[in-house]
Amino acid sequence: MARSVSTNRKLVTTFFAWAVGLAIFFPILWTILTSFKTEAQAISDPPVFFNFHWTLENYVTVQERSNYFRHFWNSVVLSGGSTLLGLIIAIPAAWSMAFVPSRRTKDILMWMLSTKMLPPVGVLVPMYLIFRNLGLLDTQIGLVIVLTLINLPIIVWMLYTYFKEIPGEILEAARMDGATLRSEILYVLTPMAIPGIASTVLLNIILAWNEAFWTLNLTAAKAAPLTAFIASYSSPEGLFYAKLSAASTMAIAPILIMGWFSQKQLVRGLTFGAVK
Amino acid sequence: MATKHSRASARIMISPAVLLLLGWMLIPLSMTLYFSFLRYNLLMPGMEEFTGLTNYKYFLTDPAFFAALTNTILLVCGVLLVTVIGGVLLALLLDQPFFGQGIVRILVIAPFFVMPTVSALVWKNMFMNPVNGLFAHLFKFFGLEPFDFLAQAPLASIIGIVSWQWLPFATLILLTAFQSLDQEQLEASEMDGAPWIKRFWFIMLPHLSRAITVVILIQTIFLLSVFAEILVTTNGGPGTASTNLTYLIYMQSLLQFDVGGGSAGGVVAIILANIVAIFLMRMIGKNLDA
Repeated sequence: MARSVSTNRKLVTTFFAWAVGLAIFFPILWTILTSFKTEAQAISDPPVFFNFHWTLENYVTVQERSNYFRHFWNSVVLSGGSTLLGLIIAIPAAWSMAFVPSRRTKDILMWMLSTKMLPPVGVLVPMYLIFRNLGLLDTQIGLVIVLTLINLPIIVWMLYTYFKEIPGEILEAARMDGATLRSEILYVLTPMAIPGIASTVLLNIILAWNEAFWTLNLTAAKAAPLTAFIASYSSPEGLFYAKLSAASTMAIAPILIMGWFSQKQLVRGLTFGAVK
Repeated sequence: MATKHSRASARIMISPAVLLLLGWMLIPLSMTLYFSFLRYNLLMPGMEEFTGLTNYKYFLTDPAFFAALTNTILLVCGVLLVTVIGGVLLALLLDQPFFGQGIVRILVIAPFFVMPTVSALVWKNMFMNPVNGLFAHLFKFFGLEPFDFLAQAPLASIIGIVSWQWLPFATLILLTAFQSLDQEQLEASEMDGAPWIKRFWFIMLPHLSRAITVVILIQTIFLLSVFAEILVTTNGGPGTASTNLTYLIYMQSLLQFDVGGGSAGGVVAIILANIVAIFLMRMIGKNLDA
């Protein structure tokens, strides 16, 4: 039963909630605003908020000077590629664990999870040497493999929790009605599995896009995704706040939008189903 | 009913994932372990030799190790303190009815989607910079001396940045937990005249304890490996003031090319992470049975 709340109290809550929400969001808002300023306005004292001359010049400069879209494309390839590869490997595994569970299923799931607990720095040296010896340093394919492996446990787990919710009786009913294996998969299973797969994809793209340990350590100029590209702004040269903001805004915008759509699945994916 | 046939195909379907993860675990891990017993520097190729526990002795007695271990613990605990307390308060607030709930929720979780290098650089330059940062303007406005956050309080500043990134995660999970709270129980206690603080302490907090534990454990796993935020803000400095274990091992392996020493550090980091992991695994495992 919904509790009745006085309008007054609701207004007070509204005020505080918005104040806190805007405060937390402010650094992002400020970055977006700064990206439309000139470099002089970006560091003006006192700071200007909205009443400045809006310009797109920074976006153009960032692209011209550093070939921004190459890094953007690298991010797309790395996050998309690792998600796709991860799905291909994880769907059969999660599927069979959900529908044909055995005594060992739980152990396998827990063991997969334990690989996620391995601190990346613990295997930094061997990975670096393996990459160097195989000529994989600063290549897209090398990073796709690493990102697939580090996120594979999360993909398997998420898919498993979704698949487990598909009732097995429906499959039996379809079989009794004479459905072949092909039509069973095509018309019964796939439609029920798609929402789970979609949210897994979303979360995994977000995680891969923002991954900033392996991408920083295993790439240089060629295969560097946006995480590594933005890091190159850490040594300031002259006036650069507006350009940093433009590059940052473009780097976070796609993921911000995707993230807002996936907020419900996020809890489930990141807690391995421990909180739903 | 699972038949023999379906069991066999199930095994085939699982094996690629299992074999890949097994390789990912075993190959680099055994290499780290092996290297940690060698004197091996990339600048001196061909000079590798077995040295037993020497690398461990040097790594563990290095004053930088003690500093890094302290910093790691401070960083993890600091961020946990801010995000758990902040998360509970925020979840309490956002769980109340108010206008524009959906939009505020979106604003609050946004920092979680910002890549670490972006949030670190934005905070470093546009907020914490002692000349042009917004905080410097704010300090001047109130007639105070600007404060050089990353030079004078590097670790605390990094704790602040990382907390900003992880507060949404804690809030989101605690909010989800709040929403499964039994409203009737709350109402009953309210009618019985229990004051708000008692309702919070005896009903809400026990209900949240599970979610809080999950937040603490999962964040700890990630916070032990904070790297990008340190790399782009302070490079671990000044001195070792903001070097954590991950960053120390990175410096040793990829900046000083000391494969042996870096590997010994890696083994130490793995052992530390495992202590946390055991608790987390136990919790999630329990949930799997239920």
